[in-house]
Amino acid sequence: MKNKFWTALTIVLALGTAVTLIFRQKNAEASPAGYAIGAVVADFSLKNVDGNAVSLANYKDKKGVIVVFTCNHCPFAKAYEDRIMALDKKYSSLGMPVVAINANDASEYEEDSFDNMKKRARDKGYSFPYLHDETQAVAKAFGAMRTPHVFMLRNDGGKFTVQYIGTIDDNYQDASGVTKRYVEDAANNILAGKPVVVNQTKAIGCAISWKEA
Amino acid sequence: MIKPFFSPGLWVLTFLMASFGGFAQTVEMVKWPRVAQILRQSSDTTYILNFWATWCKPCVAELPHFEQIGQEFANKKVKIVLISTDFAKEINSRVVPFVQKQKLKNTVWLLNEPDANAWIDKISPKWSGAIPATLIFNNKRRKKSFFEQTLDSPRLRQELTDFL
Repeated sequence: MKNKFWTALTIVLALGTAVTLIFRQKNAEASPAGYAIGAVVADFSLKNVDGNAVSLANYKDKKGVIVVFTCNHCPFAKAYEDRIMALDKKYSSLGMPVVAINANDASEYEEDSFDNMKKRARDKGYSFPYLHDETQAVAKAFGAMRTPHVFMLRNDGGKFTVQYIGTIDDNYQDASGVTKRYVEDAANNILAGKPVVVNQTKAIGCAISWKEA
Repeated sequence: MIKPFFSPGLWVLTFLMASFGGFAQTVEMVKWPRVAQILRQSSDTTYILNFWATWCKPCVAELPHFEQIGQEFANKKVKIVLISTDFAKEINSRVVPFVQKQKLKNTVWLLNEPDANAWIDKISPKWSGAIPATLIFNNKRRKKSFFEQTLDSPRLRQELTDFL
């Protein structure tokens, strides 16, 4: 009886692992999944650089949240760092603060380790949380593919819904050459209670380095 | 920047580049229409466009495979263009030295079009914008494959058999 139980359990576990591996393999080549515009975001809890856990529930009295998947090492993320800080400075007081999340596998880029995240946030004086998505579960749930990758959430009575997915503006090389400020436009739409006009954009970015399955 | 035409340094540089152009690999800075032009090519040539950057580890790791394929298919109608998305201001300080150090034989462009939202979908609507990314196409045979992932030479060889 006992033997049969263990055999059955082993088979179930082996099948489960096989299915997971096959799924991941397929998923790696499929077009990005994740939240679409209008989707309700499942709450998450991630460790901030100050050691405390942060979740969306902490923002239930805000009008929304600007979630930015970013990291330390990526030149695009670096090019946008000051602009991300400026976004928080401008929109935090209006009820739409920035929450930055780093999901990169630190074994691929040492610069993206939690210790280096703490250092970066301290050195630059981030006014917003910089969360470590160590299991990468949050990045996968969102469908974040690259850094920086922005998801703007609107607080609809305690439910956070996705209103914008994409890039910050139309010039990663030169902040002074920007003509379209996608995130600011979307934030202004959301704060004015209007639908976001341009709600999806794309940008070149560093692929998030996924851990081996 | 103001009057580059009259800069003696530039003349010397031009002369040097012309003299050694056949030997040293250079990197051409291009705008989108240059890419659009080959996307429209109707000849029976299979193009492989690889989007990369010097600081992108998985991109750099797969470059030797594209070099290998470039040599293997040198006598076939296959044209590889490595399209760098490095910052334009780093072309001479970073991209050219990298390309020369790696002794890349494939054509290398630096695409200076920072409004990527305007052209990513034209490469493939499936592309999120993450690199590396590779587009293989042959317009005459109406074939097109897009990959937002790393590729190695066995995989490239296998993909190319569908095109030739």
